[in-house]
Amino acid sequence: MKNPAAPPIIELSQVTKVYGEGEGQVRALRGIDLKIDAGEFVSVMGPSGSGKSTCMNILGCLDTPTSGTYRFLGAPVGEMTADQRALLRRNYLGFVFQGFNLLSRTTALENVELPLVYRGLNAKERREKARRALAEVGLSGRETHVPSELSGGQQQRVAIARAIVSEPKVLFADEPTGNLDTATSNDIMALLTSLNEERGITIVMVTHEPDIAAWTRRIVRFRDGLIESDTINKPQRASEGIE
Amino acid sequence: MFLNALLLALREIRRNALRSALTILGIVIGVASVITMVTIGEGATAQVQADMQKLGTNLLQVFRGQGFGGGGARSAAPPFTIDDVRAIEQEITGIRAVAPSLNSSTQAIFGNANWSTQVVGTSDKYLEVRDWDLASGRNFADTELRSGAAVCILGDTVKQELFGNQDPLGANIRLQKVSCQVIGTLTPKGQSGFGQNQDDVVLVPLRMMQRRLVGNSDVNAILVSARDTASTAKVQRDIERLMRERRKIREGAVDDFNVRDLQEITSAFTNSSRVMTTLLSAVAAVSLVVGGVGIMNIMLVSVTERTREIGTRLAVGAMAKDVLLQFLVEAVTLAALGGVIGIVLGLTAGILANNAFNVPYVFNPGIILISFAFSAAVGIVFGYFPARRAARLDPIEALRHE
Repeated sequence: MKNPAAPPIIELSQVTKVYGEGEGQVRALRGIDLKIDAGEFVSVMGPSGSGKSTCMNILGCLDTPTSGTYRFLGAPVGEMTADQRALLRRNYLGFVFQGFNLLSRTTALENVELPLVYRGLNAKERREKARRALAEVGLSGRETHVPSELSGGQQQRVAIARAIVSEPKVLFADEPTGNLDTATSNDIMALLTSLNEERGITIVMVTHEPDIAAWTRRIVRFRDGLIESDTINKPQRASEGIE
Repeated sequence: MFLNALLLALREIRRNALRSALTILGIVIGVASVITMVTIGEGATAQVQADMQKLGTNLLQVFRGQGFGGGGARSAAPPFTIDDVRAIEQEITGIRAVAPSLNSSTQAIFGNANWSTQVVGTSDKYLEVRDWDLASGRNFADTELRSGAAVCILGDTVKQELFGNQDPLGANIRLQKVSCQVIGTLTPKGQSGFGQNQDDVVLVPLRMMQRRLVGNSDVNAILVSARDTASTAKVQRDIERLMRERRKIREGAVDDFNVRDLQEITSAFTNSSRVMTTLLSAVAAVSLVVGGVGIMNIMLVSVTERTREIGTRLAVGAMAKDVLLQFLVEAVTLAALGGVIGIVLGLTAGILANNAFNVPYVFNPGIILISFAFSAAVGIVFGYFPARRAARLDPIEALRHE
């Protein structure tokens, strides 16, 4: 399945990130090397302050490294302008957040359409694609609901639909189950797993719950701005775990 | 992209209907007051011009004394004579008609009816000079003018007061002790720009006025109407030269008469009403700027409130300029909406006020366009700062914002 000639989709080498200057300087990342290939499903774990969020921001092209290089599909992100990074996010990345970050008083369909607006698609195409994405996350029939009319799990599904509607190469999920109960969390993880396995979307997910990380095939642990461990995991389905 | 931004802005405005309404209130009031002021002002200007038109176009009036309010010199200045009138008629080019005028307040009596009015002794040229029309009857005949016959032409008010709905032609009214046959009536003209009732008048032959009502051979004033093609300024200068000659005023001495050009007076009136309109509009324009500050205020609040939304938009691939455009379009849409509402309200108020003041409504597309453009410009100017603030947000900070 893996093509060894293809460059890794994400490649960090000796990436550091330093906030502030002088006495109050914080070294959030102290030299990270990380490769993620297309089609992987990776969990990023670690205590708060370990640098995992900083690393995610850099991976998501929302931030740039202080030193070292980050290549996305071979392209050096550190040398890009803010607008070029915005284009990269627009065309290749999807985001799912802990707090869902849906626009309030805006229908599910319109929320899902949002990334397509910036791609310049016309209203008809947008509507069609958004409808399909909502169907894919199991929310057909909820198109006209606004977030306040949806449960937490449904809201996160809308957010996932928004992330995949633009057919991204990589989906970044920042504690996607952090605000959800166990059963709903498992539903969301099953959805992410199927997106990874069936559509081949590379997923990088931050979590601090081992149960959630257990769904993924690879777990990267951060501590004090460095990668503590990078292990292969045999994905544990929730259904199997319960048995 | 722009259309999207516009749709997005409209949706956002609708989503916060009450807040949007309060935000644009300043603009609405500003635009509405500008439009109302201008509408009333232009109506008044048009009214003044129409009134002046009624006084007779290209009318020059030659009076004794020195200019406006030169009352002291007036009594000392010798009166004009009928020869002065003839001299102007014969020697000045570019004039249409010349008429003498000797007037006095007199009681007019018919049967039991009794009306105090202004009697003007003049010639058959008076109607032509004033641009007045006969409603019925005829003008003075040459023989009547030469002999000073006791005949008269009634203004509409006098006719109404003395005769009501009866036909006055051929009837005899009494002016002082003189019995005077009515030979014609005038069409109604209404108030002049100076508030005089121009219909409250009785015209009689000059000679009859001089001999039987006043008892001298003076002419108080000479009315001259210039040809449309002639320059009233030139006619005015020519008359002044002629009169100085005839009245033997030495070089350098001050005139003991003056020639008034009604067009000059008209433009003075028009100008003062324009100045008033401009001043009031300037005050109203200040309230537009205040309205702009209101928009900036609310847009800043909105940017803070929607920080997470902005973060989300940036995360899904919006560029800084997309966010800038979104908020700028929103501010401009708000302001323009306020402008449109203000224009509608202002026009309504202006038309109502013009009806109340009895002045005509003058449609002025220019001021409507300017108001609209100005309010949109207010949106751009005062929307730019909040929009730039939104566009400069750091996506990570914005996403973390509570």
